[in-house]
Amino acid sequence: MEKVISLNHIAHSFGVETVIKGINIEIDKGVIFGLLGPSGSGKTTLVKIITGILYPTEGSSVVQETQMPSLKKMKNIGFMAQSDALYTELTAYENIDYFASIYGLSRSERKQRIKKVLEIVDLVKHMKKPVRTFSGGMKRRLSLAISIVHEPEILILDEPTVGIDPLLRQSIWQEFNKLKNEGTTIIVTTHVMDEAEKCDELALLHDGYVIAQGSPKDLKQSIHVDTMEQAFLHYGGGKS
Amino acid sequence: MNSISIIVRILRQFRRDKRSLALMFAAPLLVLTLMWLVLDSGDYVPEIAAIDLPDRFVKILENEAEVMSMDRHEAEDALKNQEIDAVLEWEENKPALTLEGSDPTASGAVNMALQQTLNQMNPQQERMEPEIHYYHGSEEIKLFDNVGPVLIGFFIFFFVFIVGGVSFIRERTQGTLERSLATPLKRWEIVIGYLGGFGLFTIIQSIIIAAYSIYALDVFMAGNFLYVLLVTFLLALSALSLGTLLSAFANNEFQMIQFIPLVIVPQVFFSGMFNLETLDPWLRAIGNIMPLTYGAEALRDIMIRGSGFESFAVEVFVLFGFTLLFTLLNIVALKRHRKL
Repeated sequence: MEKVISLNHIAHSFGVETVIKGINIEIDKGVIFGLLGPSGSGKTTLVKIITGILYPTEGSSVVQETQMPSLKKMKNIGFMAQSDALYTELTAYENIDYFASIYGLSRSERKQRIKKVLEIVDLVKHMKKPVRTFSGGMKRRLSLAISIVHEPEILILDEPTVGIDPLLRQSIWQEFNKLKNEGTTIIVTTHVMDEAEKCDELALLHDGYVIAQGSPKDLKQSIHVDTMEQAFLHYGGGKS
Repeated sequence: MNSISIIVRILRQFRRDKRSLALMFAAPLLVLTLMWLVLDSGDYVPEIAAIDLPDRFVKILENEAEVMSMDRHEAEDALKNQEIDAVLEWEENKPALTLEGSDPTASGAVNMALQQTLNQMNPQQERMEPEIHYYHGSEEIKLFDNVGPVLIGFFIFFFVFIVGGVSFIRERTQGTLERSLATPLKRWEIVIGYLGGFGLFTIIQSIIIAAYSIYALDVFMAGNFLYVLLVTFLLALSALSLGTLLSAFANNEFQMIQFIPLVIVPQVFFSGMFNLETLDPWLRAIGNIMPLTYGAEALRDIMIRGSGFESFAVEVFVLFGFTLLFTLLNIVALKRHRKL
């Protein structure tokens, strides 16, 4: 299997507070990799290091054999932040158009891709409305549309389905699986156990450490439990 | 060039944020107009006491001012009690004027009335220079004509600083800066994009404010209009680069507003709106690190003295240097958000 992302001995601290420590993760091409953990466990810090926004205090993040941060690799990454980073006075269309043009899509490519991603997140009929008028779920969907507009090889999603109703959540996961089958590597952070079940690989984060890693099935079977929740409690409890 | 994407986005944001647009265009006009109304009530009719003046002279002077015939004693009393603005008499074949002097508007109006009367008296002859005395104050007291150029510079600086700084800080508070830094966008492209997007607006803003001040408010203007635009544009760019740079040191919009008394207000004091002759040289030197000092000086050179480019070239280069410095510092300051 082709390694797309390797995180080697990563530790990061903000001032004196160490947020994550000793992280070693390897992610293969074309898998959906889940980072599962409660809030404050260091998920967001970790994805920011992978994208290259943050430079880790220790260790290195290597994406497609290139040490991060690298502007060239950033072009291959799609990122959806935990908080919706949108220009509220602009319309949905204009928001996507701005980011698409930064990724270097030509005018005609943009037109075609924006239409496509708006269909995926079901926002076509709202595309001319300013984002200011959007509900929380609509903003999440728009952020998702922006992250996939340039057809990235790696998609990094920080809590992508918060505030999205179950029906749309299901269709978004279908889209993830479709992207995955096309060869996209997807990294998803979540604190929702049933969402973690849908990942191919999981890393359980607790207090900045990876407490367990493997496929959801292996994680459950090795300790003979039926749900991810039980597994998480087991591994988390074992550590502390 | 990714800066173009940012420029396009900023223009779109302006199109949808009419209030900020109005702040940049209409607010300076409104404030300038108010200042003008207060400082330069152009229709002021001065009251002048005439002591033994030729009848013909008084007749012409009455077109310009309210003239009262008095003897010297009465006139001095009236001047002391501020009932009149000036006393005019004839000494050694030329007019001698004593101005009350505490109100620059009145002094200016008296001077203008006297000049016009003298011109009409004997247009052919060489101009007679009147003797001017001041009862209070001195001719150093300045008029709106003198502070007008400074005000134009100041309001452009102020509003561009606010709008530019606050919108850059909003990029941080709403997370779009971080989101943009997760793309292949380079730090310098962000800063240049901002200068470009807002720069286009400041050109329009400069044209509107300068044209309104000069043609509608009739601020004294002896020089080239294009020079005024050049200086106001450079001043706006320095305000924009300073605003975006300082926004890196504020955590929210409110903290950005707190920079006004620290960064903007001191510039007013040192920009030449107030007389600094009596100030210690080392204190006066503080003005040398303030962009508005150079912008105001250049504008006064152009508008009042009607000077050519060579006389304010230094100021232009200094303003350009400030913009360059603030821009480079800003590109470095963005490192806090992404090392690369």
